[in-house]
Amino acid sequence: MIVAVLYIALLIVFFWSILHGRKVVRTERTDAVFGNPIRTQGGYHWVACGVSSLMLVWFTFSWDAGRAFFPNSANELCQVAKLNRALNPIRSAFPLDNRHLLGTRILSRDLYQIELLTEELNELDLTDTDRGNLLLLIDEVREALVLQASSEFIAPDIPERFQDIATRIEQLALDLQNHEFPGPVDEAKMAEALAQPGWGESSTEIPVLPKTQRGRIFDVAAEIMEGITEDFSEIRNDGPELTKRIENIRERIQELEGIADQEAYKEVLKDIEKISKRVDDFRVFPTQVTQGIEASLILLEQAMQDRQGSLRFIDTLVLPGGDILAGNNACSEQGSGRWLPKPSDTLATFIWMADPAQGYKGFPLFWYKMKPVSEMIDFLVPDSVADLIPGEYGHHDEEGNIHSSFKDRIYNFASGDFDSFSVPVPTGHIWDSILRVLAGLILGILLGVPLGLFMGLSRFAKGYFDPLVELYRPVPPLAWAPLILTIFGIQDDGKIFLLFMVAFAIMVISARTGATGTQLSKIHAAHSLGASNRQIIQQVILPNSLPEILTGIRISIGVCWGTLVAAEMLAGTTGIGFVENVARKQSDYEIIWMTIIVMGVLGLLFDLIMRIVIDKTIPWRGKG
Amino acid sequence: MSDLITDKLNMVFELPDGSSVHALKDVTFTLKKGELLSVLGPSGCGKTTLLNIVAGFLHPTGGSIKLGGSIIEKPGVDRGMVFQQGALFEWLTVADNVNFGLRMKNADKEETKQKVEEWLDIVGLQGFGDTPTYQLSGGMQQRVALARCLINNPDLILMDEPLGALDALTREKMQSLVLKIWKETGKTIMIITHSVEEALLLGERLFVMAPRPGRLHKQYRLPFAEMGLDGDPREIKNEEKFVQTREEILTMIWNMEEEIMGKVEAA
Ligand SMILES: Nc1ncnc2c1ncn2[C@@H]1O[C@H](COP(=O)(O)OP(=O)(O)OP(=O)(O)O)[C@@H](O)[C@H]1O
Ligand SMILES: [Mg+2]
Repeated sequence: MIVAVLYIALLIVFFWSILHGRKVVRTERTDAVFGNPIRTQGGYHWVACGVSSLMLVWFTFSWDAGRAFFPNSANELCQVAKLNRALNPIRSAFPLDNRHLLGTRILSRDLYQIELLTEELNELDLTDTDRGNLLLLIDEVREALVLQASSEFIAPDIPERFQDIATRIEQLALDLQNHEFPGPVDEAKMAEALAQPGWGESSTEIPVLPKTQRGRIFDVAAEIMEGITEDFSEIRNDGPELTKRIENIRERIQELEGIADQEAYKEVLKDIEKISKRVDDFRVFPTQVTQGIEASLILLEQAMQDRQGSLRFIDTLVLPGGDILAGNNACSEQGSGRWLPKPSDTLATFIWMADPAQGYKGFPLFWYKMKPVSEMIDFLVPDSVADLIPGEYGHHDEEGNIHSSFKDRIYNFASGDFDSFSVPVPTGHIWDSILRVLAGLILGILLGVPLGLFMGLSRFAKGYFDPLVELYRPVPPLAWAPLILTIFGIQDDGKIFLLFMVAFAIMVISARTGATGTQLSKIHAAHSLGASNRQIIQQVILPNSLPEILTGIRISIGVCWGTLVAAEMLAGTTGIGFVENVARKQSDYEIIWMTIIVMGVLGLLFDLIMRIVIDKTIPWRGKG
Repeated sequence: MSDLITDKLNMVFELPDGSSVHALKDVTFTLKKGELLSVLGPSGCGKTTLLNIVAGFLHPTGGSIKLGGSIIEKPGVDRGMVFQQGALFEWLTVADNVNFGLRMKNADKEETKQKVEEWLDIVGLQGFGDTPTYQLSGGMQQRVALARCLINNPDLILMDEPLGALDALTREKMQSLVLKIWKETGKTIMIITHSVEEALLLGERLFVMAPRPGRLHKQYRLPFAEMGLDGDPREIKNEEKFVQTREEILTMIWNMEEEIMGKVEAA
C-alpha cells in the first residue's frame, strides 16, 4: 500500500520535474551564455527528476511496484508456470520452441554419427573380414534407425495412443475456454491457500497454492497436463519388427566382441553399441502420426494465452526482466529480483537491524552506550603525569597501614581509577565507521595542513619531506593495509592510522598547493603592513590556501570512506564494511544493498556538509 | 630628516639558464620628504624593480639605499605600498582589510575602529566597512588599498601603477584623491605609471627611465601637481607647457621603444 502510493508519487514527481524543467529551459535562454558556471546553479527539479527516475527503476525492476499493485499476480503466474512445466516435455518434442521435431533431431544426429563412424572405420588398420563385419553391423544399425520413421513397421496401437493424447490435450484446451472449469471451489483447499504467507513474507518466495479463481484454473490444468505428459512419455516406437532387429544387433555385437582381439576394433564396436542403445529408446516416430498432437498443442497454447488475459501484460510490463519459475514445491522469482532486492524489503531489513536489541552480529547499527568519564580520562591523561608531581608515592608503615599521598590520588585520577558519572557515547557499526573516518581525517588535517604549508614555504621542508610523502602516497591505501593492520591491530587503531595516512597525504599536497599559490603581491602587502612571519602564515597564507585545503578535505573524506570500507572488509568485527562482508558470504542481497545505500547516503551527506562549509567559508573563491 | 637617498643602485638578476639581466644600473637620486615623484618609462626598464628595492622586497646587488639615514634592509611599516591590482585580502571585509596593519600591531580596538571610519570617509567608502572586498568594483578596491596603506601612517608611499586598471573617469577622481592626500598629509610619494599625462599631473618631480640596462634617463621638476591641487585638471592638461612637455616625453619614450625594436630586429 505504502509502496503503491510512493510509486505513484514518484511517477508524478518524475513527470512534473520534466515538464517544469522544460518550462524553465524556455525562460533560461536569456540568462546566461553557454559555459557560464551560473548556469549550473539551482535546478532542483532536475535533482528531483534524477532521484525519482532512479527510484522508479529500482521499484520497477525489483518487482516491488508489481508486488504492491498486483499482489496476487505472482501467485497466479506461479500456477501458469506449473502448467508450463507440466507441458514442457511434450512441447519440446515438437517444433514449437525448437525448429525441428524431436524425432528429426535424433535421426539427424544419429545418422551423422554413423557416417563419422564409417569414415573412421575405413581409415583403421583392420583385416578385410573384420572391416566387412563391422560395416555390415553399422548398416544394420542404420537400417533399424531409419525404420523407425516408416509407418509400415510401427507398433499397431501407436497411432491410436497418439490420437488419445491429442484428444485429451484438445479437451484441456476446451476446458480452459469453459467458464465452469474447474468446478466448484474446494473451501478447505482455498482456506489453506489463503493461509499461506504472502509474496516475500517467508522464505518461500512466492506462495505456491492457488489463491484466486484464475490461479485455480491453471493449477488444475497443470495437474491434468501432468497425467497426459506421463502417458505421452511412455509411448515408444517398439513394434515387433524393430525390437527384433535391435535384438539381432545386440547378439551380433556380443558375438563380435567374443572374437575381438585388436584395440581399435573393440573401440569401434563400443561406438556401434552406443549408437544402437540410443536407437532402442524408440523415440523417433513417423511424422504423420504425431501431427495431431502438434495441432492440439497449438490449440492449448492459444487457450492458455486467452485465459491468462491481463496476466500476460502484468508479466511483461509490471514484472519486467525475468520470469516466475515453478519448482517441485515452490515458485521463485527468476530475474533482476534475485540480486536486486525490493526497496521496501531493504528498508524493512534496515529498520529491523536498526533496533539496537537486534543489531547485526550482536552489535547495534547506530546506538549509544553509557561510558564512565573515568575511562575517557584514563585514555586521555597519560599515567606518567602523576610521576611529574613532586613528592613520593604512598607506602605502608610497620602496622601495615597504607598511607596514600597526593601523588597517589593524581595517579588514580590519571589511570581512571575513581567513581564517576557516565555519559552517552555513540556505538554501533555505522557509528564506528563514521568515527574512524572522522578520527583519521582530523588527525590528517591537524598534521597534514601545517606540514603542507611548511613545505610550501620552506625549501628545506619541501626537499626533505617530499620524497617521504610522495613515495608512500601513490601506493594504494589497501596495499598498506596488511602491514598497518599487523602493526596497529585490526581494531580501531590500525584503521584510523590507515585513514590518517590517506588523509595526511592529500592534506599535505593541497595545503602545499594552496601555500605556493599565494600571490606574491599579497605577501608583499602584508610585509609592508608590518606583519610578522607568523602573522603572514596565519593571516595571509592560511586563508589564501583555504580553497585548496577545503577541497582537499572534501577529497579526503571520499577516499577515506572508500579505504575504510575496504579495510573493514579485510579485517575487524565492526563497521559497515564488516556488515557487508558477512552479508556477502551469506549472499544476503538485502543487507548488501542496505550497506551500499547507507554508505552512499553517508558519503553524500559528508559531501553536502562540505559543500555548505565551502560555500560559507570561501565565498570569494574564483573572484579574487 | 627622512629623505630617501640612493647611491649607484645596481640590480642584476641571475637567470636559471646562466645569463643575467641588468635591471638597474647606477641609479642615484634623492627624494626629499614631502616630494611627489612619478616614474615613467617603457615596459621592462626596471620601474617595479626600483620600487621593490625601496620597499625592501629586494636587495640591490650594488650601491646603497637609505631612508631617514638608515639602510633599507627589509619591508617595514614606514613604507606603504599600493599595488597595481589591489592585492587586497579577499577573505576579509573592507574594514578588516583597512585595519590589517593596526591589527598586526595589536592596536587598541576602539581606536582602530575610529581610524577605519575616518579613512573610509577620506577615500569615499563610507558605509562599506562590512562589504566583502570581492564585491567591490576595481576603483573601489583601489581606494581600499590606498586606505589600508595610509592608515599605517607611513613616511613614504610607494605606488606601482595604482590606477592602471581603472576607467578614465575613476582614474581622474583617484588622481585628485592622491593629490589631496599628498597635500593634506604632506607625505613623500613615489608613483609609477604608464600614462604620461598622469605622470605629469601627479609628478612634482618626474623621472623618465630607459631600458637595457634600466637607468635614469631624464629628470624633471614640474609645477602641474601644485596647480592640480586647486585647479581643474582638464584645464591644466590644455596648458601650453603641459602639452609641450608631454610631447617631449612621448617622443623620448617612442625613440627608446624604437631603439629596442631595432635591437631586437638586428639580433
Ligand atoms: N625576479 C626576476 N628575475 C629575473 N628577471 C627579472 C625579475 N624581475 C624583473 N626582472 C627583469 O628585470 C627587468 C625589469 O623588470 P621590471 O619588472 O622592473 O620592469 P617594469 O619597468 O616594471 O616593467 P612594466 O612597466 O612592464 O611593469 C625586466 O627585463 C625583467 O625581465
Ligand atoms: Mg612593473
